[in-house]
Amino acid sequence: MSEKTAAKKAADVSPVRLDVRKTYKLYIGGAFPRSESGRSYQVSGADGTFLANAALASRKDARDAVAKARGAFSGWSGATAYLRGQILYRVAEMLEGRRAQFVAELRAVEGLSAKQAEAQVDAAIDRWVWYAGWTDKIGQIRSSANPVAGPYWNVSSPEPTGVVAVFAPERPALLGLVSVLAPAIAVGNTAVLVAPDSAALPAISLAEVLATSDLPGGVVNILTGRSAELGKPLADHLDVDALDLAGIADAEFATSLEQAAAENLKRVLRPSSAPTDWNAAPGTTRLTAFLETKTVWHPIGA
Amino acid sequence: MGIFDYAPAPESRAIVDIRPSYGLFIGGEFVPATGGTFKSVNPANEDVLAEIGEASAADVDRAVAAARKAYAEVWSRMPGAERAKYLFRIARIIQERARELAVLESIDNGKPIRETRDVDVPLVAAHFFHYAGWADKLEFAGYGPVTPQGGSMSAVPRALGVAAQVIPWNFPLLMLAWKIAPALACGNTVVLKPAETTPLTALLFAEICQQAELPAGVVNIITGAGETGAALVAHPGVDKVAFTGSTNVGRAIARTVAGSRKKLTLELGGKAANIVFDDAPIDQAVEGVIDSIFFNQGQVCCAGSRLLVQESIQDELLDALRRRMGTLRLGDPLDKNTDVGAINSAEQLARITELTAAGEAEGAERWSPPCELPAQGFWFAPTIFTNVSATHRIAREEIFGPVLSVLTFRTPDEAIAKANNTPYGLSAGVWTEKGSRILSMAKRLRAGVVWANTFNKFDPTSPFGGYKESGYGREGGLHGLEGYLDV
Repeated sequence: MSEKTAAKKAADVSPVRLDVRKTYKLYIGGAFPRSESGRSYQVSGADGTFLANAALASRKDARDAVAKARGAFSGWSGATAYLRGQILYRVAEMLEGRRAQFVAELRAVEGLSAKQAEAQVDAAIDRWVWYAGWTDKIGQIRSSANPVAGPYWNVSSPEPTGVVAVFAPERPALLGLVSVLAPAIAVGNTAVLVAPDSAALPAISLAEVLATSDLPGGVVNILTGRSAELGKPLADHLDVDALDLAGIADAEFATSLEQAAAENLKRVLRPSSAPTDWNAAPGTTRLTAFLETKTVWHPIGA
Repeated sequence: MGIFDYAPAPESRAIVDIRPSYGLFIGGEFVPATGGTFKSVNPANEDVLAEIGEASAADVDRAVAAARKAYAEVWSRMPGAERAKYLFRIARIIQERARELAVLESIDNGKPIRETRDVDVPLVAAHFFHYAGWADKLEFAGYGPVTPQGGSMSAVPRALGVAAQVIPWNFPLLMLAWKIAPALACGNTVVLKPAETTPLTALLFAEICQQAELPAGVVNIITGAGETGAALVAHPGVDKVAFTGSTNVGRAIARTVAGSRKKLTLELGGKAANIVFDDAPIDQAVEGVIDSIFFNQGQVCCAGSRLLVQESIQDELLDALRRRMGTLRLGDPLDKNTDVGAINSAEQLARITELTAAGEAEGAERWSPPCELPAQGFWFAPTIFTNVSATHRIAREEIFGPVLSVLTFRTPDEAIAKANNTPYGLSAGVWTEKGSRILSMAKRLRAGVVWANTFNKFDPTSPFGGYKESGYGREGGLHGLEGYLDV
């Protein structure tokens, strides 16, 4: 077969360019590893079509993520509130730049119309902006100079709790995830986020946004997989300081996780008893849920 | 008796009138308990003080029902300004009956009258006075306007409902005040269970509620042991659980309320580090160390039970500390000169004895000043351990007694690492003349209260509570409202 004939034949078989598909992996410690278990699962769209294979996180991945989150805590909680605000705002900027990608993913994953998907991405971007602005204000509204009855300087101020395991709600896939993740890290906690298996695409695309926003590795770790499998090891883990159970829909399972959390007195944000409107103004509940109050005394005298 | 010894100066106990037996305070009156009785004992001489009713599950039910009725029919409908006046009234009666409360607390708990008179009871009155003023100012606390789950927007944050409160024996009346004052100010009604070994001041407080003409059922006091407390926190009719006590019981309570809508605050154990740097004024630091571990016989969750002393001043500081310990007066709690009173119970004494024996067995060096212990009652001499390593049980476990474990450090980083090397995080102390070092240490210590160049100070306006396994939620001041509001 002559060269000319071969080229012609190839052109006949693939008249258009083959697209390059993305591999969806985990996000741990600033890197994108596959699950150590080697497992993956198929993510299907709202219409049942195959969208991608995603990494199915294991217990070991969860433990690795906790170790990275713990390692990042000192730096992130010690960073200035101004810097944390800058970085969260940078996340909003990066997300804005990838708007089209997220719209496409949400249309595929949730079966939304273009308008609905755009509205959700806009709300998610705006939520990062809202929380970016909170980083250097929450300390002021939660602090107090306490007028004690004696010659003492006495001041209370909030500090982050530590490592928070966050179970993101399944829907809205992007806005729900941002609504639980952003407040936890805005105040200086580090997070291990469990994205529901059906939300893997926007979750890992968000990880790419985070990875390019100057957010230090380990501050956010994202596991795609099953909360039924990852919930218990995270609720049991003694180096996890708090749980946000927003995404745990099964009340009995949520109770069992809260019971496990009692072992080291984790702070637990229970799933809401009523359906949550994630589009509503979030208030400060999620900012203050994972804050501790420290009170410092010092005598006043010459 | 040397020429500088003190003559006994006992406070008269004639002012208190202890009844032979007590029932439960439910719905505004004393009613018999149906779960049997137990005895409250004076820990200083083992005399039986009174027979106390043990609340059964049925009694718990009755108390919760009385609190619910008072909440629905009276307290939740009353304007905040009127609730405030009841609390001010209670604060005033506590001030008027301060001497009586102080003596009774000393008799029932074993702590020195000097402490109940000068610390416990004044703080109790102050706590009610502080929270009284909050009752009609809740919309200014920074939580509203709020939208409770399933509710509509409200300018004034709402109460939760019925609060179940279980308190310990180390500061019986003060812990009662920390629990009841904010609960009532926020519009909740309460069922409170005092500790089994120290019910008497809570029962006297019930009489104070009657004197104040507090509406029936707003405050209910039920007595009993762990089983009564467990039934109370598990009761489906309560909306809020507040507990102060051991971390183990706190864990059990957290498991019990899991999956419910009950709001939970826990103030649990501690193993605080008290850090003394080489530039600290030694005499002040020694007084601070004495106060941090021998105040209330060391039966304090925030006690500075680990002394971290900078290596270069170890000998000097320990010499001064031993000298000062030699002047502590242990004995009759009602004697106004007494510094160290009785241990609260035989059980607690056994625990202290067991842990200190473990300290010696693990190789730490034990020292107590010459100290004669009374023949009757529960007593333990002020004790320090040196050559303590971080792995020793006396460096890790809460002893809850007058026992200090001494460790050393060289650098601020090492002090922080050692201080934070505990699952607890209630309090910490720092002694240094250098301001920037105080602020950096205070920032890096993972503890809810940091005392710098002071220790064991409390105030109703100052939030108190722990990090990590020392619990969650704060008591005191603005922050203390959150645990009793639907926010």
